[in-house]
Amino acid sequence: MPRRLSILIAEDGAADRMLLAAIVRRQGHHVVTAANGAEAVELFERERPQLVLMDALMPVMDGFEAAQQIKQLAGNELVPIIFLTSLTENEALVRCLEAGGDDFIAKPYNPIILEAKIQAMHRLRRLQATVLEQRDLIGRRNQQLLDEQRAAKAIFDKVAHAGCLNAPNIRYRQSPRALFNGDLLLAAQAPAGRMFVLLGDFTGHGLPAAIGAMPLAETFYGMTAKGYSSNQILRDINAKLKLILPVEMFCCATFLDINLEQGILRVWNGGLPDGYLIKAVDGARLPLRSRHLPLGVREATSFDDTFETLPLAPGDRLLLLSDGLLESCNADDQLFGEQRLLAVLESNSDPATLFDDIQEALHDFHGQILDDLSLVEVSMIGEPGAVAPHPLHVYPLGSRELRPRDWSTCFELRPGSLRSADPLPMAMQLLLQISPLRYRVGTIFTVLTELYANAVEHGVLLLDSSIKSDAEGFASYYRERQRRLDALDEGFVSIEFTVRSEGAKGYLRIAVRDSGPGFDVQRALNQQYCSEYLGGRGLRMIRQLSERFYWQPDGKVLNVEFHWSGHA
Amino acid sequence: MTISSQLSADGQELTITIRGRFDFNTHQAFRDAYQCAGSLPRRYVVDLNGATYLDSSALGMLLLLRDHAGSDKADIRLINCNPDVRKVLSVSNFEQLFAIA
Repeated sequence: MPRRLSILIAEDGAADRMLLAAIVRRQGHHVVTAANGAEAVELFERERPQLVLMDALMPVMDGFEAAQQIKQLAGNELVPIIFLTSLTENEALVRCLEAGGDDFIAKPYNPIILEAKIQAMHRLRRLQATVLEQRDLIGRRNQQLLDEQRAAKAIFDKVAHAGCLNAPNIRYRQSPRALFNGDLLLAAQAPAGRMFVLLGDFTGHGLPAAIGAMPLAETFYGMTAKGYSSNQILRDINAKLKLILPVEMFCCATFLDINLEQGILRVWNGGLPDGYLIKAVDGARLPLRSRHLPLGVREATSFDDTFETLPLAPGDRLLLLSDGLLESCNADDQLFGEQRLLAVLESNSDPATLFDDIQEALHDFHGQILDDLSLVEVSMIGEPGAVAPHPLHVYPLGSRELRPRDWSTCFELRPGSLRSADPLPMAMQLLLQISPLRYRVGTIFTVLTELYANAVEHGVLLLDSSIKSDAEGFASYYRERQRRLDALDEGFVSIEFTVRSEGAKGYLRIAVRDSGPGFDVQRALNQQYCSEYLGGRGLRMIRQLSERFYWQPDGKVLNVEFHWSGHA
Repeated sequence: MTISSQLSADGQELTITIRGRFDFNTHQAFRDAYQCAGSLPRRYVVDLNGATYLDSSALGMLLLLRDHAGSDKADIRLINCNPDVRKVLSVSNFEQLFAIA
């Protein structure tokens, strides 16, 4: 349907101008007229007509100049300019278009062609307006989406940073948008001086990936705080993701269970590229290979939670990366790739600069900072076994705390449960009920872990710690441990807790007994002072961390006491 | 990228052939390739001979096919994988779910 437009006519010949204005008015349009280019520009500013019919050659300011100025004033809006011309040389016609003209019409005017051109230009106007409208709409929506993502990220950070990502020994690079690229990094201090780190990479991008990250983080932090083992946490995360994610979605992940005091690293990698353990002593690089399906693929019943065990020493570094790092492309569409990463690792001479070296290599390769990859370095700082013994806490006790306590309870684990169960979280839940002990729950967990491991490995399984004297023996020790545990058909470990309190003073006694032949505790303690074993620091640590550590002469029962005293 | 599928003469085996990049853009075509097969074949073969690239959403699509074909009971072979494709499959340990040749 033809539409009425407001049209500016710029023409220096008065007769021509009147004639053209009459034709255009008769076609139903609103007309304003100018006698030269300068007037045209001024009128355009004032009246904002929708279309301009412009004579090329005019005094004061010609049509070419006026067209340029009008186009500039119009900005994004399309104001079609049709040149009125008796010019016939091609060059002059080209000049009209170059000056910003959209079309031209030759004198003398044919009213039918003129109206057809006006309507054609009007269609272009509408198209341009629609494009602009849609562009602005997309822009607004995108801004809204980014705002929402920012808010979602802020909420997520509260959950994800509940742990210890800011610990001095962790360096990581993750863009603020990583969450919406499906990358996830979690770290938490676990009881007994351990640290758990999880780097995850969800398939897919955007909201679905971010939503999956939420329950994963909650499970990770919640279960870590309660003292669950890395295996149990991993199994729970897998089961949860399997339940909530659609079939085609999963989460590639590496789980690090770092126990520097014991000199043990346990690794589970399902679907992420090789991470690396870089040894301080000789710079050796041990790959942390993907050995499993990603999380959320397997049913709980067929999920494989086997961790690899590697020796860990102070100064060692752990490096994890998401495949965004290897698959990032530069401007020439080349992948960064594993070879380039290995070359950086190879040429590095000072492990302390490794993280920066990789960042620099990425920057050089891409010429810019990329935002869809994750890189994490965990360095092993601090001396093993350097846990300061906790002082006796003296704190006010309410009247409830002053009620006398006198109870004991005993767990006994037999082969089936020794293989599959972890009694420690359950025990810790129980001990958390004793409020004067809450302040020392980490220490108690450490000691309990040592006692239990000692009873299982040396008492029931009769393993010899001295095998662990080097890295090779270390791995075979843990293989042998698993083999014997799988084959175990008799034996037990019992753990007895006794709690007594009178007024503000009280104590917890933990007695751990096993079915083994017993051992010479004093000799083992003395030996450990001079031992350089990777493992076997346990007994000495127990003595440091508790108020009392004693045993029966046959070495079959180890007793540890934690005392408290408060004031009313 | 093209995806085509061919049912064996006895209707027991469906072969899905993938050329070019096997990524998110092939999502619908890949689904169509096994959903339109009519009667449920017993065995599936995914021929990756012409596949130059495979991303994580392609892995997701393979999981969808596996789910469609009966999860743990599914009989799916991935054949003619080039070294790059094989690497992606092995990092994710997909040989635990699919027969890879």
